[in-house]
Amino acid sequence: MKLFGKSKALIAEIDSYHRVIQQSGLLFYEAIREYLEGKLDLFEDRVIQIKKVEIEADKLRRDIKHKLYSYLLIPESRGDVLALLETLDDVVDMTHKVSKNFSIENPIIPESLKREFLLMAEHTKNAIESLVEACNAYFTNNCAVNDHINKVFFYETEIDMIEERIKRAVFKTDEIDKFSRQVHVRYFAEKMANLSDVAENICDRLSVFVIKRKI
Amino acid sequence: MIILFFLSSGLFLGWSLGANDAANVFGTAVGSRMIKFGTAATICGLFVILGAVVSGAGAAHTLGKLGSINMLAGAFTVAFSAAVTVLLMTKASLPVSTSQAIVGAIIGWNFFSNTPTDYSVLTQIAGTWFLCPVLAMVFAFLLYLITRSTLKKTKTHLLTLDYYTRFGLVIMGAFGSYSLGANNIGNVMGVFIPSSPFTDLNIAGLDFSSTQQLFLIGGIAIAIGVYTYSKRVMLTVGSSIFELTPINALIVITSSSLVLFLFASRGLYNWFVSVGIPPIPLVPVSSSQAVVGAILGIGVAKGAKNVNFSILGKISIGWVSTPVIAAIISFIALFFMQNVFQNQVYQ
Repeated sequence: MKLFGKSKALIAEIDSYHRVIQQSGLLFYEAIREYLEGKLDLFEDRVIQIKKVEIEADKLRRDIKHKLYSYLLIPESRGDVLALLETLDDVVDMTHKVSKNFSIENPIIPESLKREFLLMAEHTKNAIESLVEACNAYFTNNCAVNDHINKVFFYETEIDMIEERIKRAVFKTDEIDKFSRQVHVRYFAEKMANLSDVAENICDRLSVFVIKRKI
Repeated sequence: MIILFFLSSGLFLGWSLGANDAANVFGTAVGSRMIKFGTAATICGLFVILGAVVSGAGAAHTLGKLGSINMLAGAFTVAFSAAVTVLLMTKASLPVSTSQAIVGAIIGWNFFSNTPTDYSVLTQIAGTWFLCPVLAMVFAFLLYLITRSTLKKTKTHLLTLDYYTRFGLVIMGAFGSYSLGANNIGNVMGVFIPSSPFTDLNIAGLDFSSTQQLFLIGGIAIAIGVYTYSKRVMLTVGSSIFELTPINALIVITSSSLVLFLFASRGLYNWFVSVGIPPIPLVPVSSSQAVVGAILGIGVAKGAKNVNFSILGKISIGWVSTPVIAAIISFIALFFMQNVFQNQVYQ
């Protein structure tokens, strides 16, 4: 019975961890939107919020890891679960890193490309949401994981296309006169696209874990 | 002291049964670290003894019908021959089962003592050797399909499932150990029943027959085998020979335990008779072969194309070779026991 209680507590912690990851995606989208709209005070608040979420995610991850090993739970899939939790943490780290870079470097986004950047942030948020749903399904409904993974792959492809459009446009536009600023915008487009690449990599691993979990 | 010496071959058979066959019940659970060895060994030892004392008589009785060995020295030699057969065949990496070795050794005694072998009983016993892996295969096939569809519907969390699986492995491990004790004690102590040196006792109003006393000693020998030597076998079974997920391990243990129970339960036998269903004979069968059958059953249910059915062929070779070799060894050993060591081996 003791073990059952511990399992229940751990399930609650894993659910919290998933919520925190999802929250980082939502906050990231809001932060980019506010930056593009020029609401810089609100944007800075979001960056602080993302930092807090990152700290919470780290704490939860360490706690889950400790409990999984201390109570010898799910020995056959413990390695996979831990790998999954570690890589999920990369998502939060990346949202914090990219938003912090926006805060420090203040890239000047040309008006004509703001829509594309916003769309990219929206797809990133969607990709993170689908990733969290895939992870939830891994724990509860193995058969549904691939449906969510396919959504992540879809958003990642869309983001790659937007990234390319931004890169092509930024070097053609007359809105930016300096080459250094053009490179700067390109750099931020690449960094934002990297977030969905991380989600895609996690999904690749997850699809293998799913096969291993089939009874 | 002499009694203990004559029982020693049976006790050795019991010890080797505990060392090897406990892994069929708890191997995957311990090997995959779902259950600690100490917990597994305690449950296994306890329930093997319980199964042997409470329900061991049925399967042992059928062996007795094949050949009633009426001298203690004869029983010693028959059990010893079976043990040697198991040892030799294991060394030669041939599939072997104690159940089949003891049947061969008894037939060897029948030949030596000019006792006619009841071929209808022999056919019945040989039939169960075929039925045992096949039944385990059918059980595992059905259980796998039921488990898979239930899991799909219930969407149980991985951690909750882990808890239920552990719980199931302990419960089914206990049931499997009980069934193993009930079904296989006949192999270990069955040949000693007609020449049992013990007398019936009545302790605090409870009857404790001489057969039960024999089975208690045999059960303890099995439990010692579990404690002293089964850990290594369990770890090998759990991690290298066949890698099963804990849920599949639970299905395998449940299926093979059910089969062992079917071949040992007098209650079930009587119930089958009362409702007019042809009963399953109470015969000691091989737990290893039940496990192999169950694993194949899961393979078939998964629709795997690479299920290795040739392993059933290998097992079936053992159905013939083991009793023949055991009968020959038994015949020769009885000759030596009677003519060299001057011990009467039959009346």
